[in-house]
Amino acid sequence: MRALAFACLMFPLVSLAADLELGLTIKDHQFSPAELKVPAGKKIKLVVHNQDSTPEEFESHELNREKLIAGNGKATVYVGPLAPGKYPFFGEFNEKTARGLIVAE
Amino acid sequence: MFGSAIIVFRETLEAALLIGIIAAATRGLSGRNLWLAVGVGFGLAGSLVVAGLTETIAEMAEGAGQELFNAAILGIAVLMLGWHNIWMATHGREMAAQAKSVGNAVRTGQREMSALAILIALAVLREGSETALFLYGLAASDGSGRVSMLSGGLLGLVAGIGAGWALYSGLARIPLRHFFSVTSALILFLAAGMAGQMARLLIQGDLIRPLASPLWDSSSLLPMDSVLGNLLHLFAGYEARPSGMQVLFYVLTFLVILFGMRWSRPRIPQVA
Repeated sequence: MRALAFACLMFPLVSLAADLELGLTIKDHQFSPAELKVPAGKKIKLVVHNQDSTPEEFESHELNREKLIAGNGKATVYVGPLAPGKYPFFGEFNEKTARGLIVAE
Repeated sequence: MFGSAIIVFRETLEAALLIGIIAAATRGLSGRNLWLAVGVGFGLAGSLVVAGLTETIAEMAEGAGQELFNAAILGIAVLMLGWHNIWMATHGREMAAQAKSVGNAVRTGQREMSALAILIALAVLREGSETALFLYGLAASDGSGRVSMLSGGLLGLVAGIGAGWALYSGLARIPLRHFFSVTSALILFLAAGMAGQMARLLIQGDLIRPLASPLWDSSSLLPMDSVLGNLLHLFAGYEARPSGMQVLFYVLTFLVILFGMRWSRPRIPQVA
């Protein structure tokens, strides 16, 4: 019953929309660009490239996202659609230096 | 040192609290400690493997491998916690009433414990792999503060295990009469919270739609990084900005397990 309800829920909701892709780089435990401007109301595919040899965790309470990125690895995080506003994010493993901001407008 | 202690503490805490609750909820089942140890052991070994495969897992499913992997772990955990609660609704009462395992409960109890050992292995694996990666990153960096960061990590690990132990001993003090209600309620909220997290991961990997996002925003009232927000997040899956889909997963899981518990509760004849 549970599985059936789950399947019914999943099926019509699988997303198909095309996404806006944006890149973000981590180097020396810092994000660049540190500020990303994105259109409000659109889903964004954020590709984070970690150029440090150590792993990092992309995290944002405002965006409700949390994703581990291996050292010298790439990771994809889908964000939004966002309401206009500012959405800070940070690298949990290097919180002091790894800070960034997404501005939706 | 303090920073790394907090990160490791947070990662350890989730698994440690789950183990504390499960250990308390399975009080009186024979072979419990052995099963718990087997679960933790496999989880630790698995977390090293998963940490080593991070890159490979991340690249699977067009970049959504990590989300799928973690969502699958959470899904299995939700099923097992739900099953445990329904099982306890049937057998917990007779175990409490007789203060020892009934013949039938002993047999199904072993099946129950082996399922819970898998659950614990998965929880340790999920949190452990992140901790292992973080500590590996510390060890690999050549900063001068390496030793103090690593000892901070160790401190966090010990504190996390301590918190799990404290929860276990606290729960063990609850009188038997209320005991199963308390542990069942804890597990019910825990399972619903995990289902919500599962939805969040599937949305993050663009595998399902968020529906309303966010459905509400209570971050000014009770922020996620406050102590209370954190505790509620750990125990009851609180989110300050949940998407509609997360709430849907949460509520459905909560209701399905709750009704399962109600239906399977044995009818005890009233003694006049």
